[in-house]
Amino acid sequence: MNWPHKDIVAIADLSREEIYTILDMSTSFKEISKRDIKKVPTLRGKTVVLLFYEASTRTRLSFELAAKRLSADTTALSASGSSFQKGETIMDAAFNVMAMAPDCIVIRYPYAGLPRKLARELPCSIINAGDGTHEHPTQALLDMYSMREHFGTLEGLQVAIVGDIAHSRVARSNVYGLQKVGAHVTVVAPKTLLPPGVRTWGVDVSCDFDPVIQEADVIMMLRVQRERIDEQCFPDEREYAYFYGLNKRRVDMMKPGAVIMHPGPMNRGVEITHDAADGNRSIILNQVENGVAVRMTLLYLSLGGNVNGD
Amino acid sequence: MVIKGGRIIDPANNRDDFADITVRNGRIQEILPPGAALPSGEEVIDATGHWVLPGLIDMHAHLREPGYEYKEDITSGSLAAAAGGITTVVCMANTEPVNDNAAVTQYIIRKASSIGLVRVLPVGAITKGLKGKELSEMGLMKQAGIVAVSDDGRPVESAAVMLRALEYADTFSLPVILHCEDRALSAKGVMNEGALSSRLGLAGIPAIAEETMVSRDVLIAQYAGVPVHITHISTRGSLEIIRGAKQQGIRVTCDTTPHHLVLTEDSVGTYDTNYKMNPPLRHEDDRHALVEGIRMNLVDCIATDHAPHAGDEKALDFDLAPFGIIGFQTLLPLLMKIHLEHDIDFSQLLACVTKNPAKILGLDGGALGQGSMADITIFDPGPTWTLTEEMILSKSKNSPFLGWTFNGRVVRTMVEGRTVFVSD
Ligand SMILES: [Zn+2]
Ligand SMILES: [Zn+2]
Repeated sequence: MNWPHKDIVAIADLSREEIYTILDMSTSFKEISKRDIKKVPTLRGKTVVLLFYEASTRTRLSFELAAKRLSADTTALSASGSSFQKGETIMDAAFNVMAMAPDCIVIRYPYAGLPRKLARELPCSIINAGDGTHEHPTQALLDMYSMREHFGTLEGLQVAIVGDIAHSRVARSNVYGLQKVGAHVTVVAPKTLLPPGVRTWGVDVSCDFDPVIQEADVIMMLRVQRERIDEQCFPDEREYAYFYGLNKRRVDMMKPGAVIMHPGPMNRGVEITHDAADGNRSIILNQVENGVAVRMTLLYLSLGGNVNGD
Repeated sequence: MVIKGGRIIDPANNRDDFADITVRNGRIQEILPPGAALPSGEEVIDATGHWVLPGLIDMHAHLREPGYEYKEDITSGSLAAAAGGITTVVCMANTEPVNDNAAVTQYIIRKASSIGLVRVLPVGAITKGLKGKELSEMGLMKQAGIVAVSDDGRPVESAAVMLRALEYADTFSLPVILHCEDRALSAKGVMNEGALSSRLGLAGIPAIAEETMVSRDVLIAQYAGVPVHITHISTRGSLEIIRGAKQQGIRVTCDTTPHHLVLTEDSVGTYDTNYKMNPPLRHEDDRHALVEGIRMNLVDCIATDHAPHAGDEKALDFDLAPFGIIGFQTLLPLLMKIHLEHDIDFSQLLACVTKNPAKILGLDGGALGQGSMADITIFDPGPTWTLTEEMILSKSKNSPFLGWTFNGRVVRTMVEGRTVFVSD
């Protein structure tokens, strides 16, 4: 069976079966990372360009390792997205990169929509590593992989996503993905951090964290940024941490077996305390480890790999 | 305790009849028909010839503590409220420091409970320092005991901040009480703007300073899907906007003050600063509209906006004196006056200071049913009396009603079954 997608732009584009294909294949790719020699020749001769217009050490490193473990050549280009406000446009830059004939461009960009546009305009594969507040599909896939790895299934799983839902591409991608695979999602935030129209998302919405915590199998905490204070989304970090932070008191309320996730980077002491982030319920480091395997799968599939792996 | 022989008027239970009330553990145990056997050995309060009312809730007052104790403090304010038959005082946040954090809220609540007279329920500021920029810690203040948030004293200018504030308050199910005033339009105004202000040489506050903000806030409330309460509306225009909003199903409620129901800008002609308040006294047409608004249930509540100011502050020129008048001890007498002069059911007026504010603020109170909190005001409708400065228990005496003659007076006020005021 051939993989039908040239690009990975949004979870919204993937079917339930395709998501499961990615998760299944990632288990074999994860095995490679456990070997003594963590490298296979699968993508030898392919070129992957990492275009990061927004700071992200973690995601860039994850993609870079994923490409290298598959023997692809990688070039990373980091710049500030604001350099496109005048003069050269982002499309000029993209066509310049394209002239170097890469097989895949991994793009992170501070504004929504560019990966979709590149996927349409360029012949190479485009993998969206996060565009504005739109989507972050590879994060959602590694999150779903981590949940399935831990619980054995995603069907019927109760997932609470807590924090700045309004401005989070991670929340959007996870909501779309988790719904497709049959998990049940509750988003938790003050009303000021809920996106308009959230009632149409088909998720449960709560402003009260405590009752949700007692029901959830997975508590996914989102990073909350200080600039939201200036945008009058909440008064200060003290009040935010009190009502929406994951602390010892709330960890003690969690169901037996329930786990804590965070896409990183964490604001320790704001949305998550040390007890929660580093305690035995946290699978935050598993998320990081699984990120490489899932991205190997996505590079492999996008660059023409066969679904059966041969 | 037994309250015997009185006429019970309780809008919350649609009651207006003669009955006896037994009180136990701070709550109403039973309401018995006249002549029914009463428990023996209880203290009996003879209410024959008196009206027995749910304790009044004043949902808009300034107690001035902390920070302005020379104008009023929680003790003097509580005494004045109790004497006025008010058992619950909802106090605004424009103290010094502003009630924008849980520490100030706790201070007010502890102080009030140590005084042990009326129930004092603080309102938190919408924004820190009432500056209209950053949201205050509404969640933490709610845990400390605020019952609402408000921008009274310094209205939120930015519509964006207002939208966020409504959403954030609703996150914690906190009612929002709005003082609607575009301060760029009211500017240096000190009285209602119009022919009279020009003639008197005083800068005016136009009706639209209030009405444009009422419109704005109703629209923001509708968009946010959050209820709002607009306080001290003073113009026919505001009432019309609220009427339209209510007809559309927008969750908006409002109050007006006793003084806007009985006084007009004509009183300002003497330059007496006891007629200087914000919003200002308006035209007779506005006053009439507000009275009719009560009759038609468009105005939900009546609140005093009790705003004490020291004598030397009010002794300044009309242009310079601070806005505001006291109102606790004249609330019920003025309701009586409106009842008598405008033939509005007394129980309808009473609902505006009992059942309706209790509902809007989500309070346990404002009713005289079995099991209700025994917050009870006993009112003697008979006597006529004249208000003098000596009768005023507030530290400040800034009332335009000094020298007025009223019908009926409060004879006893009880909070959770404890008598906190008895007339002599
Ligand atoms: Zn006001
Ligand atoms: Zn006021």
